[in-house]
Amino acid sequence: MSDWLEDHLPKVVLAPSFVAVLIFVYGFIGWTAWVSLTRSKLLPKYDIEGIIQYQKLFAAPRWDTAMNNLFIFGALFIGIAMILGLLLAILLDQKIRVEGVIRTIYLYPMALSMIVTGTAWKWILNPGLGVQSMVQGWGFENFKFDWLVNPDYAIYTVVLAGLWQSSGFVMALFLAGLRSVDEEIIKAAQVDGIPTWRIYSAIILPSMAPIFLSAFIVLAHLAIKSFDLVIALTGGGPGYATDLPATYMYAMAFSRGDIGQAASSAMVMMLVVFTIVVPYLYSELRAKND
Amino acid sequence: MTDLSMPQTQDSARADYGKIALRWLLYVMLGLFALYYLLPLFVMITTSLKSLEEIRTGSLISLPRSVTFEAWATAWSGACTGIQCEGLRPYFWNSVLMAVPAVAISTILGALNGYVVAQWRFKGANLIFSLMLFGCFIPFQVVLLPMARMLGIMGLAGSIPGLIFVHVIYGLGFTTLFFRNYYVTIPQELVKAAKVDGAGFFRIFWSIFLPLSLPIIVVTVIWQFTQVWNDFLFGVSFSQAGTQPVTVALNNIVNSTTGVKEYNVDMAAAIIAALPTLFVYVVAGKYFIRGLTAGSVKG
Repeated sequence: MSDWLEDHLPKVVLAPSFVAVLIFVYGFIGWTAWVSLTRSKLLPKYDIEGIIQYQKLFAAPRWDTAMNNLFIFGALFIGIAMILGLLLAILLDQKIRVEGVIRTIYLYPMALSMIVTGTAWKWILNPGLGVQSMVQGWGFENFKFDWLVNPDYAIYTVVLAGLWQSSGFVMALFLAGLRSVDEEIIKAAQVDGIPTWRIYSAIILPSMAPIFLSAFIVLAHLAIKSFDLVIALTGGGPGYATDLPATYMYAMAFSRGDIGQAASSAMVMMLVVFTIVVPYLYSELRAKND
Repeated sequence: MTDLSMPQTQDSARADYGKIALRWLLYVMLGLFALYYLLPLFVMITTSLKSLEEIRTGSLISLPRSVTFEAWATAWSGACTGIQCEGLRPYFWNSVLMAVPAVAISTILGALNGYVVAQWRFKGANLIFSLMLFGCFIPFQVVLLPMARMLGIMGLAGSIPGLIFVHVIYGLGFTTLFFRNYYVTIPQELVKAAKVDGAGFFRIFWSIFLPLSLPIIVVTVIWQFTQVWNDFLFGVSFSQAGTQPVTVALNNIVNSTTGVKEYNVDMAAAIIAALPTLFVYVVAGKYFIRGLTAGSVKG
């Protein structure tokens, strides 16, 4: 083998992946950004017309609903998953006899696809045969739980199913964090007679700040990308009551034949993700290089 | 908790009762949460074993009076996804044909990339790695439209190789990250010593790094397999009738509007679609968790 090749082999090996990422990630983002500035309908056009697609997007009631839903879903999903995950992790951290079994039970939904999760919860929440009819069957004739088909509440059923799927993961993250706290400090505090809840609130939790951040980033990212769960659980309905930006984009791209709208909605999604993720990744990578 | 033995006074006896009560409360809470996570699985399984008649007359959480596997047979080979009624079987195999090569290729590329980025640092290597890493976090909606056109140009539109290609491309960031973070912990002196002995780039990878890599290969394979198997967005966007993965077929079965709604078949189909990843989780749970937490870019 020639010396030149031997010297540059690492670069040669990395090159195909690098080129692929340049084209299929950055090039494609550029393409979508370009098309979002045109009057593309069923087929892409490349004459730049300005921000008309974005004006149309922000004037569309359906997009308004999708963004509102993202806000409701995101806030509840992230907030409750963090609280639930932390609570479960702390409960599991108390030297539990069958910890392995319980951890397995809490985490298994994460192995399932959102389509499976959506299918299961669609059946459970179905008013005619699911929870509502079960409780009515127990004699509570007036019990009502029809969120799945109620436009005002359907988005909360997406939160319910999403939490079931993802909260175990937050628990696993936090549990790993709790276990990495220095044992000596905790022991010293116990000897001093400091109550357990004080040890958690004053010593353990503050030292886990980076894990809170990681969990937040992952959950926020999941929430913004959420697509499968809505499709399987509500199909975006009733009407478009549970639309999210991801389902809006898909509808514009593949069933409405409005590429311009699809591209501009995708760009807005990307901006939302990047404002959350970029500062985080930047600080992570900087910290690692030091 | 440390057990500080103290003389038994009345106070400490009361404290002991308090402790026991707390302990009970703890186990009750853990048990209730376990029920919450298990109930949907229980409901899915029992529903899949009931007849439609029993579903209509019975309750959500009642056990089946007479167990029947008819719904499973229908879900596997007779349920309709739109106009076709071949069950999940062909789509299940589509997913296998898609996931196995996609996972293998992206893992191998990730190992090589991670090896370069961690051990053969050259000017700009960190920048390249950062660019690849940012790629992990884009919402895929932003690449759907150009990718659909690109697959058309490449002659891969609506095909399983097309889906393999897409999964390899968008899996690269994560697989590279996993291997990079693992290889960074191996001392660079090892490479230097091997170079002095005359070993080249691939030789060092093959006989030093690869034999050390089993744990991270397992984590990466599990992560990629669950990602690819559970994917829906790429499947529904880039496949056509006949090449769809199992998640898309499941959604079509559940949401097909023709005929009577067969809830037992829906549940059996959902379990079938979930079995491979559940199996991985049960068999390699420890590595599954490691993959999940590694995916959150920490440490």
